[in-house]
Amino acid sequence: MSARVLVGVKRVIDYAVKIRVKPDRTGVVTDGVKHSMNPFCEIAVEEAVKLKEKKLVKEVVAVSCGPQQVQETIRTALAMGADRGIHVEVSGKDYETLGPLQVSKILAALAKKEQADLIILGKQAIDDDCNQTGQMTAALLDWPQGTFASELTFEADKLKVVREIDGGLETIMIKLPAVVTADLRLNTPRYATLPNIMKAKKKKIANVKPADLGVDVSSRLEVLKVDEPPQRQAGVKVETVEDLVGKLKEAGRI
Amino acid sequence: MANSLRAEVVQLYKTLLFLGREYPKGADYFRDRLRAAFAKNKDVSDPEKIKELISRGEFVVKELEALYYLRKYRALKKRYY
Repeated sequence: MSARVLVGVKRVIDYAVKIRVKPDRTGVVTDGVKHSMNPFCEIAVEEAVKLKEKKLVKEVVAVSCGPQQVQETIRTALAMGADRGIHVEVSGKDYETLGPLQVSKILAALAKKEQADLIILGKQAIDDDCNQTGQMTAALLDWPQGTFASELTFEADKLKVVREIDGGLETIMIKLPAVVTADLRLNTPRYATLPNIMKAKKKKIANVKPADLGVDVSSRLEVLKVDEPPQRQAGVKVETVEDLVGKLKEAGRI
Repeated sequence: MANSLRAEVVQLYKTLLFLGREYPKGADYFRDRLRAAFAKNKDVSDPEKIKELISRGEFVVKELEALYYLRKYRALKKRYY
């Protein structure tokens, strides 16, 4: 199969870091904080690399949008097995307002330009929890989508996707080209070992600007304020059931 | 110590050092214990014993990778089902 897979990766604050809100309530502290690849994006890259190892696809291209620092994230994807990277340069003000709509427009334009047959993304980013990029990209390209994929198999020229939904698992067949978003149980991402990281330094990362792809990255959203969740109130312990009923009546609950 | 074995030991040390950066108890804690462990076996010269120690080190590498993966998986599962 001469398929090309586009994998979108996002550089986010590391999942284990404790998030702090900026004092002026406009956002979250990101300077000096450890960043890494979004865990769902790692799963997406791993799936693409597995497909390449099974010889079902020919080339895996890792894409990321953002300032200079996202190149580290692309390098991690290359160390995991991607063939080449594309860095879409978005910096400063534009990067702060970059949302799923803009990213999906960029991915759609890139998919057409690179003639990709499959786009694999993580289901959502752990920093904004939007869960929109995959769906929007599929809509912009008018491609079928297999979201929350927990298993992916190729059958003839179609894709069998087992999706995790509220009631359990749903199996669908979609035609290529398609967009797939990875859920947690799709696979176990491999570790980028030191020799692979060294090899990844030789792989190419192309530099593109959104304007080259004809994409307008202005945002239609404005963040008004960012607040911490309210502090948890301590619970009250009661001795007997009568006390509990009394307290509930006091609070007006019954 | 045979030359090729020396290269393997150094590579193992570098791999463990690289993985130890993310150790939950702190990268410094891990690095100190790693150096102590390697220094303790500094004078071993029997190739068989060295191979055994190397495979023990590789076992630790696999354990660390499993630890990191499980930590991440459990945290994400808790947050996102």
